[in-house]
Amino acid sequence: MSRLERREETKMVPVPSHSIVPERDVNKAPILECSHLGIDFGGLTAVNDFNLTVGRTEIAGLIGPNGAGKTTVFNLLTKVYQPTRGTIMVDGKDTHGMNTVQVNRAGIARTFQNIRLFDKLSVEDNVKIGLHNQIKYPMWSGMFRLPGYWKKEKLAHESAMELLHIFDMEDLANHQAGSLPYGAQRRLEIVRALASNPSLLLLDEPAAGMNPSETADLMENILKIRDTFHIAIMLIEHDMNLVMGICEGICVLNFGEIIAKGTPSEIQNNPKVIEAYLGSQKKEG
Amino acid sequence: MMKFRRMKKSTRTSFFTYALVIVAFLVIQILRGTVGIGSLLEGQLIPICAYIVMAVSLNLVVGISGELSLGHAGFMSVGAFAGCSMANALQNVVAAEPVRLVIAILFGALMAALAGFLIGIPVLRLNGDYLAIVTLAFGEIIKTIVTNLYVGVDGNGLQASFVNDNTKLAEGGIALIKGPMGVSNAARISSFVAGFLLVMLTLIIVFNLVNSRAGRAIMATRDNRIAAESVGISVTKYKLMAFTVSAALAGAAGTLYGCSQITFAANKFDFNTSILILVFVVLGGLGNMWGSVIAAAALTILPEALRQFSDYRMLVYAIVLILVMLATNSPAIRSFFIRIFRREKDEDGPSRSMKKEAAK
Repeated sequence: MSRLERREETKMVPVPSHSIVPERDVNKAPILECSHLGIDFGGLTAVNDFNLTVGRTEIAGLIGPNGAGKTTVFNLLTKVYQPTRGTIMVDGKDTHGMNTVQVNRAGIARTFQNIRLFDKLSVEDNVKIGLHNQIKYPMWSGMFRLPGYWKKEKLAHESAMELLHIFDMEDLANHQAGSLPYGAQRRLEIVRALASNPSLLLLDEPAAGMNPSETADLMENILKIRDTFHIAIMLIEHDMNLVMGICEGICVLNFGEIIAKGTPSEIQNNPKVIEAYLGSQKKEG
Repeated sequence: MMKFRRMKKSTRTSFFTYALVIVAFLVIQILRGTVGIGSLLEGQLIPICAYIVMAVSLNLVVGISGELSLGHAGFMSVGAFAGCSMANALQNVVAAEPVRLVIAILFGALMAALAGFLIGIPVLRLNGDYLAIVTLAFGEIIKTIVTNLYVGVDGNGLQASFVNDNTKLAEGGIALIKGPMGVSNAARISSFVAGFLLVMLTLIIVFNLVNSRAGRAIMATRDNRIAAESVGISVTKYKLMAFTVSAALAGAAGTLYGCSQITFAANKFDFNTSILILVFVVLGGLGNMWGSVIAAAALTILPEALRQFSDYRMLVYAIVLILVMLATNSPAIRSFFIRIFRREKDEDGPSRSMKKEAAK
């Protein structure tokens, strides 16, 4: 079946019956719609038939055992990989043929599992790079310090400080990003992603390497981001306290396929999920 | 003084570099006016300025944009030939030499920028070693093209031919580029003051670019390509921007250099020159502009200063180079410099804001 035909087919079902969009978002157009998304690496099918709808202000979780294809899904959404099959609609727009830069402009920003900061630059500059497409002025203006440069740089500085304030990181503004402690680097990555003004924020293991009190702070901050910026957040995480604590909809992936979708309580009691994580008793016996 | 300390580190570095160049210029000008600096150094002044501009502009590509380019002399060549041809063509039109030089430098920069842009489009799709090798090839291509190019201007307009001289200029025509013979200048219009101004302009452009939106985007593509794309920065666009600006500055340096010579040919701007400029950049430190300035000046004077060693000149030059490289990379010497600058560094850090908190 061609890609186009698939899209026709999905159009006929406007809100999928298995939707996990929270009630307050049901009447608004979803920010992200994936249908029959899949990618093959040579003969290996890494992700197959991935269908997901994320609401305007939803906090969605993507969980699954190691190697289930969670990060691959993020890489597909941000077009680091081009999908082999299926469609991704961001804010009602088909992202077919777009590259990473265009997807970011369409409204998706992300963090990375293995932190990717601009290590040699200052914390403030990292955030200003995130503001790249928000506060613009031409190269000439910067090269010869024309009035536009001073005005926009002041604005960029203020915006960067405001964003850093979310995580109380203003004091670190002049530090080199690579010299920050691990937790602060993770937070800075979130700030940088937020600076690009996304409508969907993808967080790849935001709590990895954090202690319980840092994780608790992070949970609060994720909720704060959602409520301040009114954006959707989708996160990959292994820390079940965090996932069950703040996600409204959870999608469980195993061997590249969705095995369950639902609210935290539904997921916790789903036998397929328990089997994927702990293995089946019959096989062991 | 307090105000100077409160400035951002990048601003301080740029002001330090401007001051360094201005002081060096004034000292040399005063010496020239009073005791004299010797004919050897006198003849090297304009080439030193040109090589400083070359080193700073290559540092923009290698240090700031993070791509190794081995064809930088090619852009110098384009600038030298285009700019000096323009200067010679205008010798009867524009009488004032400084005005002619400015026009020539602008034209040389423009042509080199064009060459940089066109070469950059295919080349910047590559990275690492591949990019280095392809830029090397383009540098050689430029050299070969210019060696075989004959251009003249007469009453009928511009005449050009390739491989053989078929320009057949009318009476009163000027042969601008004479193939392997290169360019013969009607007058040496470059001056040390012009060289100094070009160095200052280059430093201002490069420092301002680095500390602007475009510069941050260029450094972002260097530090992490995928992360830069994920926040909406087009990697190719900014790599191309750095490459083109660098080529334009190299073109300006080429014009300055060319117009200081009675005659020059394309083989002056060969692979060895590209490597020499890269040596300036590496010795001065990647991304360190004042380092490039000092390295370019010192290594241009050094071979002249070593003339007393006659036959062993290049041997001593190489040994000095190795020793300086070893010294600047030795941990002991580095920690010595860090110790000197530490006190200053601490004041920028969190300790300062903590002190403020405590004061409250």
